[in-house]
Amino acid sequence: MKGRNIWSWLAVALGAAYFLLPLVGMFDFSMKMQRGKYSFEAYRVVLADPQFQQTFGYSVVLALLTIVLGVLIVVPTAYIVRLRFPGVRPLVEFITLMPLVIPPIVIVFGYIRIYNTSSILPFTGSWLGTNVLVLFGYAMLALPYMYRSVDTGMRTIDIASLTEAAQSLGAGWGRILATVILPNVFVSVLSGAFLTFAIVIGEYVFAALLNLNTFGPYMVWMGGNRAYEPSALAVVAFLITWACMGLMQLVTRFSKSSLAKR
Amino acid sequence: MTTRTSSLFLPMLRSRQVGNWLAVAPFFLFALLFLILPTLNIVVGAFRDIDGHLTFGNLVKLSTPSIRDAFWLSIQLSVLTAVLGCFFGFLIAAALVFGKLPGGLRNSMVTFCGVAANFSGVPLSFAFIATLGRLGFATLILRNWFGVNLYATGFDLISFTGLTITYLYFQIPLMVLIILPALEGLRKEWSEAAASLGASGAQYWRMVALPVLWPSLLGTLALLFANSFGAVATAIALTGSSLSIAPIVLFAQIRGDVLNDPHLGYAIAFAMIALTGVANGIYIFLRMRAERWVK
Repeated sequence: MKGRNIWSWLAVALGAAYFLLPLVGMFDFSMKMQRGKYSFEAYRVVLADPQFQQTFGYSVVLALLTIVLGVLIVVPTAYIVRLRFPGVRPLVEFITLMPLVIPPIVIVFGYIRIYNTSSILPFTGSWLGTNVLVLFGYAMLALPYMYRSVDTGMRTIDIASLTEAAQSLGAGWGRILATVILPNVFVSVLSGAFLTFAIVIGEYVFAALLNLNTFGPYMVWMGGNRAYEPSALAVVAFLITWACMGLMQLVTRFSKSSLAKR
Repeated sequence: MTTRTSSLFLPMLRSRQVGNWLAVAPFFLFALLFLILPTLNIVVGAFRDIDGHLTFGNLVKLSTPSIRDAFWLSIQLSVLTAVLGCFFGFLIAAALVFGKLPGGLRNSMVTFCGVAANFSGVPLSFAFIATLGRLGFATLILRNWFGVNLYATGFDLISFTGLTITYLYFQIPLMVLIILPALEGLRKEWSEAAASLGASGAQYWRMVALPVLWPSLLGTLALLFANSFGAVATAIALTGSSLSIAPIVLFAQIRGDVLNDPHLGYAIAFAMIALTGVANGIYIFLRMRAERWVK
């Protein structure tokens, strides 16, 4: 028994070393911009760079809009499928898994081919159109996570009774969804939203191939042209991912404890 | 899509059913426009020549040496990172489940794996350049403290080996996240029953645990394969375009038609869908099998 314990510690310790070393490495490197001493100079330079502010702000706006779009697409669908239309569930679930199967680069290739300037829907022909296209694309990338999350949330509440109660008080479908169902699955929506945020904020392939100046292409450009700033950017990106995952766990845990109290 | 599919369900077509289809129509329209049609366009394009005639010529051209080599490199990379990711992920998960480690360690490791599995792409490659690059943290420590010059040994981060080490950073955590519930689902009664019949620990693993786990293991292997095969941003940020793997060739082709043949681009994309599709199909199939035992 004792031997087993030592091996377990060893496996976990080696794993932890492999996982921590690159984090330490990037942090160390990001602090070395000034010769001979540790400083936050690289962060100061990056944060003061107007390009950073612009691209990062752009990606944050895209991420937030993607979340809104994702909620608008997923919540009503998951609700109808669960409440009145279980027959279509296998098809819907299959579609929500497809973005995990088809590489994103192939999908964006398809976008460029069918939504070019000479097509019926020339999304890529204008600035606004390209942004709308990339929003739908991101909503599609996040679909597996958003749908899974919301659907699991709906399983834990009694949507049939809630709907009947709301209907008996005279509420219409839109009102039921917005004021009864959405608040009840809010924690699941949030959890999907944080993951969506983490996916969109550093996304590279869609943005680069649709020629959008978001945070992802900016990071790649920095990587090719600067020495220390990329590490600072990587630390920032890692902190954002960590914050998103941490908040996700927090809301899930919060919902579990509040459910237990009921 | 809606009308065509609803005709499949004609026997139960009622006004309520029509209402239901209308309610889910936005979802299907979204899926059609931004997922299904773009993919179909690529698939159909792969089987057409420039004049729109049916041809297998594009697929045949995949066997030209440069493209064949790119796919072969991608497949090797994906298989290797999937196998190593499964192996190390399994060891870590097993240590967490059976190792009698403090409970807090398990939870923090799971949280960390959630972060690491999503910490891919551009920032991940920066982290590895800062660690194992020519002036990286680990490179300098090895040189200054241990007198080992990593780059004199022939190691290069911008290489197949470097890419493998980098990909494992998101492959191992994904394996831990998926296999941990399966390991926790192994019932204690099974090992007790095996022990009461006189089985040794090794016999229990070989004859009970692994046969129960193998669909999960193989399925996750397929998932990790697809996960690594579709990764583009990490490879581009790490190697630029110096390492020709299939997704990078496709990326360059979309950017500037470097192959001088748009339909060859379709064929590459189609081959990528086919490979990840088969891998994911295996994953989903084996996952359903695995769920029969582990609940």
